[in-house]
Amino acid sequence: MSQDDLINYLVIPVVKIAVVLGVVSGLVAYLTLLERKVLGFMQLRLAPRRVGPSGLLQPIADGIKLLIKEDPTPDGADRALFVLAPVMSIIPAFAALAVLPFAATPFEIFGYEFTPFITDVNIGVLYILSITSLGVYGIILGGWASNSKYSLLGSLRSAAQMVSYEVPLGLSIIGVLMLAGTASMVGIVEAQRQAAWWFFVPQVIGLFCYFVSAVAETNRLPFDLPEAEAELVAGYQTEYAGMKFAFYMMAEYVNMIVVASLATTLWLGGWLRPFPNVEALEFLNFLNWAHPALSGIFWFALKVFLILYIYIWLRGTFPRYRYDQLMRLGWKWLLPLSLANILVTGLVLVLWK
Amino acid sequence: MFRTEMMEINMGPQHPSTHGVLRLALTLDGETIVDVKPIIGYLHRGVEKLSEHKIYVMVPPLCDRLDYVGSASQNLGYLQAVEKLSGIEVPVRARYIRTIIAELNRVSSHLVWLGTHALDIGAMTVFFYCFREREMILDLFEAFCGARLTTNMFRVGGILEDLPPGWVEGCRRFVDLLPSRIQEYEGLLSQNRIWLERTKGVGYLSAEDAINWGVTGPMLRAAGVGYDIRKTEPYAAYGDVEFDVPTQRDADTYARYLVRLEEMRQSVRIIRQALDKLPSGDIRASKLKTRMKPPAGEVYHEVEGPRGVQGFYLVSDGGETPYRCHFRAPSFVNLAAINVMSKGGLVADIVAVIGTIDIVLGDCDR
Repeated sequence: MSQDDLINYLVIPVVKIAVVLGVVSGLVAYLTLLERKVLGFMQLRLAPRRVGPSGLLQPIADGIKLLIKEDPTPDGADRALFVLAPVMSIIPAFAALAVLPFAATPFEIFGYEFTPFITDVNIGVLYILSITSLGVYGIILGGWASNSKYSLLGSLRSAAQMVSYEVPLGLSIIGVLMLAGTASMVGIVEAQRQAAWWFFVPQVIGLFCYFVSAVAETNRLPFDLPEAEAELVAGYQTEYAGMKFAFYMMAEYVNMIVVASLATTLWLGGWLRPFPNVEALEFLNFLNWAHPALSGIFWFALKVFLILYIYIWLRGTFPRYRYDQLMRLGWKWLLPLSLANILVTGLVLVLWK
Repeated sequence: MFRTEMMEINMGPQHPSTHGVLRLALTLDGETIVDVKPIIGYLHRGVEKLSEHKIYVMVPPLCDRLDYVGSASQNLGYLQAVEKLSGIEVPVRARYIRTIIAELNRVSSHLVWLGTHALDIGAMTVFFYCFREREMILDLFEAFCGARLTTNMFRVGGILEDLPPGWVEGCRRFVDLLPSRIQEYEGLLSQNRIWLERTKGVGYLSAEDAINWGVTGPMLRAAGVGYDIRKTEPYAAYGDVEFDVPTQRDADTYARYLVRLEEMRQSVRIIRQALDKLPSGDIRASKLKTRMKPPAGEVYHEVEGPRGVQGFYLVSDGGETPYRCHFRAPSFVNLAAINVMSKGGLVADIVAVIGTIDIVLGDCDR
């Protein structure tokens, strides 16, 4: 194996993975702060502001607190599974980051090409769907292994919820795949450049179904039944403390970032600026002087944060659904709606072409 | 073969949504509630027995701590019972001020109810909005008597001190502000689909059941029975002011929500009229002894508290302390209906039901 091969196939991917993991972990920490700040703003209070300038070091303080906390295992718990479950929850969440395209133009460093995504596979969308659906095991096993009734109820709820909403989530994506003609994440964004519009214009129903199902998939309000604090104390997390709890927490936030990135890529044009084919708007890519990929990352991040903001906004606004109502919404509304979306998209494609 | 069994879950006494130290023994069939057994007494302080060892004027601070969210009407009820027992006539101005304070307290209690009820169902923001307005009421209380929660504002035969300068204007500003703020809560909840789904048809308690269980207050009125002590046996200054008793027919959690919101608006109406008509004059009946000795006899007096009918039963043997004290706690009576209300519902409904009963465990356990 030549030195170039070694660098191309080993060093560069490892560097990219390290960068993505590092950046996303940092983002997760600050996403918790952002959430608290935004909620505080919506709820007429100040949010954390003691640690560091206007609370900017709060996530670090939280991290230290979680690290040094006592980490008890409940009596009668299945010790191996109890430790394993949070790990099983966080690994798929991070693994899904592998195919997210943050920008297109590769960086040139020391003569080697660094693409601004870890990899681009031709089944990128399927990969994300399958890998994120593994996350439910962590939750079920965590609830089961805790030997607590609240945890068990929470994990059963969450199993039902996540499996149910997987269906409309997957179906809502199909419209985009039909339009793009590919399941590669980079390919989908390129298709949006060629189509001259972002796919949310023809696929707004798909985006709606996806967004609602994604909120349910990540167990956020108004669908946070698995951890509904008012009923089940903290659902499957009830018996967890310290770093294990932090793993669940991180998995939730990484999942939020992943679903927001997926929505950005599939419907909101990924790294593309608004109206990607209108030359007059080229000034919007104002970071091009440094590197074109930076503009792409900027737009990608902006869109992701917009969606994350809506997530937090939802949390500040809505009450929580009840279990049966949640199921009804998923199976009786979102599923037919996303199926109809596929049908209409297919008809239009057939008649148009 | 498969065999299914019921799951017993112990909810409380330390649990985020039991509003204190209530313990519920739930029997669940999956997510469906088969049986609910409320277990109370974790906050029992023996207030009734304690009262029998205190002279009459020392009891109101204990009453404060029964229903600490709506303490003014507790005080009012007890003092009116004492006044009835010893035949004391309260000056008109004091009666008006008592009315204003009691209604402000009703509003603040309903704000706590709305905030926590919405928080239990998952709507976080309403809680902070409600507490913003409650804070203003507590500030008014603080300006009047120095305390905020357990205020102990009234005295036998009237009130201790007159309203401080500027208080009436401050109170007017608050009651002018409140209706628009109530609209804000309604904007977040009343038409919210999730809120409607979570509250409509949940915790149904028919008028018949409500009467049989002795349930009073907004819970009874939401079932269509317009029973309100303020109307049927007006006390303090309620006879002199105009107000409606809001009722609803649906008898579910949403109906109770509407009734309580409307009650807040009616309270605003009462406070406005009382402030307009506020007469000048004495604030306390004269010639009262601290160690008063009411004539031997017994008295039962009821007032309409924020949660329902608060009854005060006193027996005097002519001595310095009550011979027997008994308080009818609306929380205790209303809580008894929880089984009827939540059977057949889902686990999530129990939270809505606890919220809608609006219990205060201090009141319940006494």
